[in-house]
Amino acid sequence: MKPAPFAYYAPQEVDEALELLKQHGDEAKILAGGQSLMPLLSLRLARPGVLIDINRVANLAFVRRGANGGLAIGALTRQRALERSAEVASQSPLLSATIPLIAHFQIRNRGTIGGSLAHADPAAELPAVALVLGAELVLRSASGERVVHAKDFFLGYMTTAIEPNELLIEIRIPGLRQQAGWAIEEVARRRGDFAMVGVATAVELNGNNTCQDARIVLFGVGEKPERMERAEQLLRGQEATQTQPAEAAKAVSEDLDPVADVHASAEYRKEVGGVLTRRALEKAFRRAQKAIS
Amino acid sequence: MSFKRTIAVTVNGKSYERLVEARMTLADFLRGELDLTGTHLGCEHGVCGACTILLDGEAVRSCLLLAVQADGAEIMTVEGLAQGTELHPLQKAFQDQHALQCGFCTPGFLMTAFAFLKETPKPTEAEAREAISGNLCRCTGYQPIVKAILQAAGKTTT
Repeated sequence: MKPAPFAYYAPQEVDEALELLKQHGDEAKILAGGQSLMPLLSLRLARPGVLIDINRVANLAFVRRGANGGLAIGALTRQRALERSAEVASQSPLLSATIPLIAHFQIRNRGTIGGSLAHADPAAELPAVALVLGAELVLRSASGERVVHAKDFFLGYMTTAIEPNELLIEIRIPGLRQQAGWAIEEVARRRGDFAMVGVATAVELNGNNTCQDARIVLFGVGEKPERMERAEQLLRGQEATQTQPAEAAKAVSEDLDPVADVHASAEYRKEVGGVLTRRALEKAFRRAQKAIS
Repeated sequence: MSFKRTIAVTVNGKSYERLVEARMTLADFLRGELDLTGTHLGCEHGVCGACTILLDGEAVRSCLLLAVQADGAEIMTVEGLAQGTELHPLQKAFQDQHALQCGFCTPGFLMTAFAFLKETPKPTEAEAREAISGNLCRCTGYQPIVKAILQAAGKTTT
């Protein structure tokens, strides 16, 4: 249970980190909160030749109001800081409600938002929420910066669009509209465990109680968080009636093609994915209706 | 190259300086280099919570940190709770409530509870249960541990 030897760097500036990535990108791993990477190192499932510890890099941990509303969050911001942030609670209540579902407070004291997104565990909450909220991820390398939308960021099992020479710098989260509702639901064996199946949703209603937009993302069901587009389509343009969530949930259950593992069968995930979707949509609609009235 | 580094830390008010391998975990550093073996190692990959310590006032799992990451930090371990021979109120409460049998998980529970009560001095029972959800105990069971935390918080327990 001891990590294999590695060359260790602890840069203090972003540029210094990017230079190290340029030199060692292929054999380097970024150490952020370490709550996923450290177990991998200890179990020797990961044996990077170089470890670049970004915990001392200045100006990577912040929560700011975004340019067009919403939030700009530094990649190194601890999950615990997000949990305690009044700014996050007011600007992105879904994100705020999601954080307590992540592991335990000792883990959240170290774990970072950027680390969780870059790790891209398919059962993790933050990637799903980034997708639902339409987050944008700012990736920087020694040669420049690009912004990748969450829908183009998660490519597969623990695989993202981050190139070996790039560092995730910032996460931009659009503000929810006034008439928006949201919810996150999950089933885990024990408090703090990874979800066996979970759903995050955001909906928008207009003054006539008509659903303008609906986004539904399931997690813990496959290689990456998945948008359920047919179910979303069923809701758009329709009145938000009491039976709508059940219809969308049925579509989710039908469309899911989940993995089976030691924690749950595929059949269980299909069934529970539907049930959680219905519960989440009911909550989201209620929140949206309350926001309008 | 950078396989080794000299680090300076303060643990329970005492300063230490050591040359360590970069790959050494903070838990191994505390136990092996500083002889502070009160911090226990159960799973060594962040599941059991036995190695919980305070790093700059926040409860963290010391098996999920490298010793080099603690350079310049202030650390508190279970050895820092008692004042001489006088037990900390939390330790006294654990004793009163029989909140330990083999005692292996106890340092982690104590440090978790210490950090929790600092932020939530008057917790409900549900809050106390949630706070210890990241720590595993395999013999005592959690009921006496919850009672001990509530006792330490000055809440009457039955």
